[in-house]
Amino acid sequence: MHIRVDRGKTIGQTMKLAIIDYGMGNIKSVCNAFTYLGAKPVIVDAPSRFNADKIIIPGVGSFGDGVKNLAPFVPKIKDAVVSGTPVLGICLGLHMFLDNSEESPRVPGMGLIKGGVRKLQTRMKLPHIGWNSIKIEKKRCPLFRGLGEEYVYFVHSYHPMPKENTIAATARYGCEVTAAVWKDNIYGTQFHPEKSGKAGLKMLKNFLEL
Amino acid sequence: MFSKRIIPCLDCDLALPQGRVVKGIEFRQVRYAGIPWELAKKYYDDGADEIVFLDITASHERRGTMVEVIERTSENVFVPLTVGGGIGSVEDARKVFNAGADKVAINTSAIKNPRLINEVAKYFGSQACVVAIDAKRRYITSTKEAKGKIIVETPEGQCWYECSIYGGRTFTGVDAIKWAEEVERRGAGEILLTSMDRDGTTDGYDIPLTRTVGERINLPVIASGGCGGMEHIYEVLKETKATAALAASIFHYNVFKISDVKKYLVKKRIQKKK
Repeated sequence: MHIRVDRGKTIGQTMKLAIIDYGMGNIKSVCNAFTYLGAKPVIVDAPSRFNADKIIIPGVGSFGDGVKNLAPFVPKIKDAVVSGTPVLGICLGLHMFLDNSEESPRVPGMGLIKGGVRKLQTRMKLPHIGWNSIKIEKKRCPLFRGLGEEYVYFVHSYHPMPKENTIAATARYGCEVTAAVWKDNIYGTQFHPEKSGKAGLKMLKNFLEL
Repeated sequence: MFSKRIIPCLDCDLALPQGRVVKGIEFRQVRYAGIPWELAKKYYDDGADEIVFLDITASHERRGTMVEVIERTSENVFVPLTVGGGIGSVEDARKVFNAGADKVAINTSAIKNPRLINEVAKYFGSQACVVAIDAKRRYITSTKEAKGKIIVETPEGQCWYECSIYGGRTFTGVDAIKWAEEVERRGAGEILLTSMDRDGTTDGYDIPLTRTVGERINLPVIASGGCGGMEHIYEVLKETKATAALAASIFHYNVFKISDVKKYLVKKRIQKKK
């Protein structure tokens, strides 16, 4: 499928797009992608500076470290979720929406989506690194508007297994992988849309246009 | 479906204005191909799965840095970026990651200080740690020289493979296949395997080398060196366990485009339609 992603001119200029910098990995690529799309992302590195119409929680690293570092931001994130603010978690950012993770068993997640994060049960090599096609399970999910069975970029060993019916996309990697979740105004991708070429940019643009 | 990767490689000479991309023939003579971030953008637009930047600056008079190249590239290019050449420490790696790189490829410094592999993997994750191996065939003329080496059958005769460092200028005596096994044990996430016999030629990848490494280790292998046509990419992805094919000149000099390769691989049923 040919995907056209125009470099945005005005999208998101008036809205406050907060990218939470909680010290887990590089947020530069995520910032670059939104800037490319014409948004003006604000990097929020302290809860006191929190004020947003849309929130991005990126992150690479372990669940335990992530939860510890994100803790100061959690009350504001939960308030935002209740008030209907769209929130997008990427990779580790998505994992922390769930109740817990096998990666760090005694650490509680945010519990915004019921269920846990589990290690991939596959005979294929872990971590799962590279381009994999996804199957969209929830065609109505706004993130995938205008998209089909796209190839996207994954880097992970764990994936969320929600108990609620919230899986929006899956992938095959010797087992079924949860590629994306969607629950009301909460969105999460296991893959990295900011590294997934034009298909990934289109998803981020869809998020901006919510 | 898991996809094989087509990776253009940009050899950057940072002593030249704007860190020109150059391409050598068998690691020597050079031609100029363009400005790194402009070429990277062109390849990204054409469907590259990843882009590798190698710093091949020989001169100490540097006009630019890899950090600048990566910063400018990552503003417009949204696929994984790998940086190699001149990464000698965790600190060097951190600088290029902060500039927007996703992986570093280490070669000379890994051979001189193998612990660097463990350290890069520990601080940034295995997925961010690529070890580049430049391997040269050494044909066997006596049983004595073959002692302790892993012997590979090639159409040209039996040989072992020697690792070279400093961009092919120094030979180490290290068996490249044994080294690949050690690199895996130390926690690297991927191997960028270049045949020095084929690099800069258009004779195709070194299939016996790529096959042997692919069978002996469980890491993804990027085949490199010698690509002169789409059939070479097909051959190496079909005949070996390599999950990625890297090429430079054929893309730089518009012999064919990345999108052409992808269409060809779909037609040959190596890849599903993207």
